Amino acid sequence: MGNIPKLIAKRLGLGIFVLWVVSLIIFLGVSLLPGDVATEILGQSALPETVAAFRHELGLDLPLHIRYVHWLGGLLKGDLGHSLANGRAVSQLIGERLGNTLFLAGVAACFSVPVSLLLGLLTALYRGSVFDRFTNAVTLTWISFPEFFVAYILIMFFSVQAGWFPSLSTMREGDSFTHSLYLVTLPALTLTLVVTAHMMRMTRAAIISVLGSPFIEMAKLKGIGQRRVIVWHALPNALAPIINVVVIDLAYLIVGVVVVEVVFVYPGLGQLMIDAVQRRDITVVQACSLIFAATYVLLNMFADVLAIATNPRLMYPK
Amino acid sequence: MTKLDSVRGTKGDVVLDVKGLRIRAKSKAGWAEIVKGIDLTLRRGEILGLIGESGAGKSTIGLAALGYVKPGCRITDGTILFAGEDLSELSEAELRRLRGVRIAYVAQSAAAAFNPAHRLIDQYTEVAVVHGIRDAASARAEAVELYRKLHLPNPEAFGERFPHQVSGGQLQRAMVAMALACKPDIIVFDEPTTALDVTTQIEVLAAIKDVVRDFHTAAIYITHDLAVVAQLADRIMVLRHGDLVEEGNTRQILEQPSADYTRQLLGRDPPKSDTTTASQKILTVSSVDAAYGSIKVLHHVSLSVGEGTTVAVVGESGSGKSTLARVVTGLLPCSKGALMFDGRSIDSSLRRRSLDLRRRIQLVHQMPDTSLNPRHRVREVLGRPLTFYHGLMGRLRTARIIELLEQIELDLTFLDRFPEELSGGQKQRLCIARALAAKPDLIICDEVTSALDQSVAQGVLRLLMDLQKNLRVSYLFITHDLQTVRAIADEVVVMNQGRIVEQGPKDEFFAPPHHPYTQLLLTSVPQMDPDWLDSIRETRAALARAMSLA
Repeated sequence: MGNIPKLIAKRLGLGIFVLWVVSLIIFLGVSLLPGDVATEILGQSALPETVAAFRHELGLDLPLHIRYVHWLGGLLKGDLGHSLANGRAVSQLIGERLGNTLFLAGVAACFSVPVSLLLGLLTALYRGSVFDRFTNAVTLTWISFPEFFVAYILIMFFSVQAGWFPSLSTMREGDSFTHSLYLVTLPALTLTLVVTAHMMRMTRAAIISVLGSPFIEMAKLKGIGQRRVIVWHALPNALAPIINVVVIDLAYLIVGVVVVEVVFVYPGLGQLMIDAVQRRDITVVQACSLIFAATYVLLNMFADVLAIATNPRLMYPK
Repeated sequence: MTKLDSVRGTKGDVVLDVKGLRIRAKSKAGWAEIVKGIDLTLRRGEILGLIGESGAGKSTIGLAALGYVKPGCRITDGTILFAGEDLSELSEAELRRLRGVRIAYVAQSAAAAFNPAHRLIDQYTEVAVVHGIRDAASARAEAVELYRKLHLPNPEAFGERFPHQVSGGQLQRAMVAMALACKPDIIVFDEPTTALDVTTQIEVLAAIKDVVRDFHTAAIYITHDLAVVAQLADRIMVLRHGDLVEEGNTRQILEQPSADYTRQLLGRDPPKSDTTTASQKILTVSSVDAAYGSIKVLHHVSLSVGEGTTVAVVGESGSGKSTLARVVTGLLPCSKGALMFDGRSIDSSLRRRSLDLRRRIQLVHQMPDTSLNPRHRVREVLGRPLTFYHGLMGRLRTARIIELLEQIELDLTFLDRFPEELSGGQKQRLCIARALAAKPDLIICDEVTSALDQSVAQGVLRLLMDLQKNLRVSYLFITHDLQTVRAIADEVVVMNQGRIVEQGPKDEFFAPPHHPYTQLLLTSVPQMDPDWLDSIRETRAALARAMSLA
C-alpha cells in the first residue's frame, strides 16, 4: 500500500519535467512559424517602423531565450502573463474556456464510460450472439465516420428535423446548469459516439481473454452462473487494460475536441488555442498546451494508481 | 430436490454410475474420440484412482463426473448417473445446482485455479452463498474450522489472504477446503499434487486422506503417478488413449498387474550403471553469490562439471537451482565469485562473452511449448543456430539439419512442421537438437523432463545419455525428481534455499548417511506401497515428538 504515495510523488516530479519540456518545444515551435503577433495584427501593409514600435511595446524585440526566461519566471510566480493580441490576462481568458471544456468532457464521460463498460460486459456475456454483432457493427460504424460528419448528422436529425436540441451550443454567463446541459447534449452525444467503440471493444476483449483462464473454469465447476462469472471473476482481472483505455479516451475528450467545438460553435479551450496559434499569441498557446499536457500527465498517473489499487498483487505484497 | 437428496445414504451405496461414456474432441481431422466407452462406478466413502499418461482421457472423465466437458469436446454416448439423473442430459442451470454443492472439483494447479483478485475466504464462501445453502457468516465460521482441520497456519486469519500471499502447498489445501464447503457427495481431484514439491506433496496427500475419510465423501483421484494414488485409492482404473486397460483394488494392481502397460507404469528407469569420473573439468563455479535486485538467491555456490559427465542439481522450488543455470549461461551476472570454463576464467555477463563461448554453453528449458517460436518451422528452428554460429548456408545447412534430426530420432517429414504439429516429447527433442546445433561442450538442462509423461521422459533421458556417449557433451542437469537423478547423474549437488547442502558422487548420495535435508527429500518420494504414507507420517510424528522432548 505504501507504494502509492511514492508513485504519485515520482509521477508529479516527472510530470513537471514533462511540462517544462513541452513549454520549451511549443515556445520554439511557435517562434519558428513565419511572422509574429505584430505582423498578424498590423497586416501586410504596415510600415516597418510601426511594426518595430509595436514589437518593442510587446517586448518581442528581445532575444528568444530572454523572452522564454521572462515567461518562465512569471509562470513560477503563478502569472501566466497577458495575451499579446488583446492584452487580457491569460488566466482570465483561459479560466472560462477551461470550465466549458471540462463541462463538455465531463458530460460526455458521464455518459460514454458507463455505457461503454456496460456494452463491453454485455457483448462479452453474449459473445457471438446477434446482440454482440449488432453492437459491434453499430459502434464501429460511428467510430469510422469523421467527427464532423457525426456532428452534422446529429444536427440534421435532432435539431433541424426534430427541433429537440439547438444546433449551436454557445454558452453564456449565467446559464443555469440544466440549460447548459441542454445546450451541450448534441456535442456530448457526438463525442460519446466517437469514443464508445474504443472503450467497449477493449472491455469486451479484455474480459474474453480472461475467460480462458483456469480460474474461470474453476468458477464454472463451482456452479457459478455466467453473469457472476463475468462480473465477479473476469472483470476484476481485466481492469488494468480497461482503465488505460478509459483514461486515454478521457484525455481525448478534453484535448481532442476542437472539431466538435468548431461545428457547434462551442466556446472551449481547443478553439481558443487554434485562434491563438493563428495570431501567434504565444502566451495563450503556451498556457493551453501546458493545460493539455498536464491533463495527460495527471490522467495517466490516475490510471497507474487505479491499476495498483485494483491489483491485489501490487496492493498486498507477500 | 427430494430425489437428489435421497442420495445421502450409507457407505457402500453407488453414488455415481457411468455407463459406456464416449467423448469426442474437435481436431483438425474432424471429431476424434478421446474417451472410448468407459464404465465407472463410485461408491460412498470410496476413493477411485484414475491413472494414465497424458491423452489417457482421465481428466476428461473426471470433468464428465461434473457433467462438464472442455470447450471443443462433447459427450456422444453413454450415461452419467448421479442421484438417479443422467448428467449428460441435464441443462446448464440444473448442472449448476449440483456443481460445487453435490459434486466438487479440485484442480491441478491451485495457483491458477484460484482467482487472483479475491481473498481466499470470499472464494470459499462463494459456493455456499451463491447456491443459497449458507449465509456468509456461517460459511466463514465453517471455513475457519476446515482451515484448522487442514493444518493451515493461523486459520482465523488465513482466509483474509490473497492467493499470491500463500505457498503452493497451502493453496492446494485451501482448494480442498473450498471443495468441501458444501459437504459434497463426490470430489474429483485432478492431479492435485503434481505441481508441488515432494516434501509439500506429503502434507497435501495426508490432508486429503484425512478429510475424505472424516467426511465420508466419495472421491475420484486423477494422477499419472501410481505411487501417489497407491496411498489414497481403494480401487484403481488404469487408462490409456481413452480406453480402460485394467481395473482392480489397489493392492492387486500394485502386486499382480495383469496388463503389460500397468507393469510398464510400475517399472522405473534402470539406473545408469557406469558412472564416469573425468579428470578434465569443463565448468567450475567458485563461491558464487547472485541476487535479483536486493534479494539474494545464491550463497557461496561452488561446483564443477567434468568433461563428458552429468552433474545433477537437485532441490525444491525456490532452492535457487534455476538461478544457478542463469548464472552459468551469463543471463544473470553473479555479484560475487568466479566462473571457469575449459580451464579459463570467463566473464559473468553474457553481453561480454564472445560468440564462441556462447556457442559452447547451451541451455534447454523446462517448457518446450514456450521456448520454441510457434511461427518457426523445424527447418528454421535448427537452421538459425547453424547459420549464426557456424555460418552454414544452403545445401550444407540442410544436410546438417537432417543429421541433427537423425540424432534426435526424427525423420525428414518433420522438416517443414510447426512446433504445434509435434508432440510434447518431440518438441523437447527439437529443443535438444537446437542446443546440439551449436556443437556445445556443456548443455544446461533445466527440468527438461518434468513437463513430460514418464514413458516420454524416459525416451528423452535415454537420448541425452546416448548423445553424451557419442559426443562427449557435459550436462548440468537441474531437476527436482530423484528418479531422474538415479537414471542419469554421475554426481549430485543438493541445493536448499540458495545454498549447497550436499554434493558428491551419485552412489554416495543415495547411500546413507545423508544430510538431514537430503534425508527429508529421499524419504518424501512416494513409494509403490499403499502403507507408505501412513508409515512416513508416523515416523515423522515420532521424530517431532523426540525433538520436542530433547
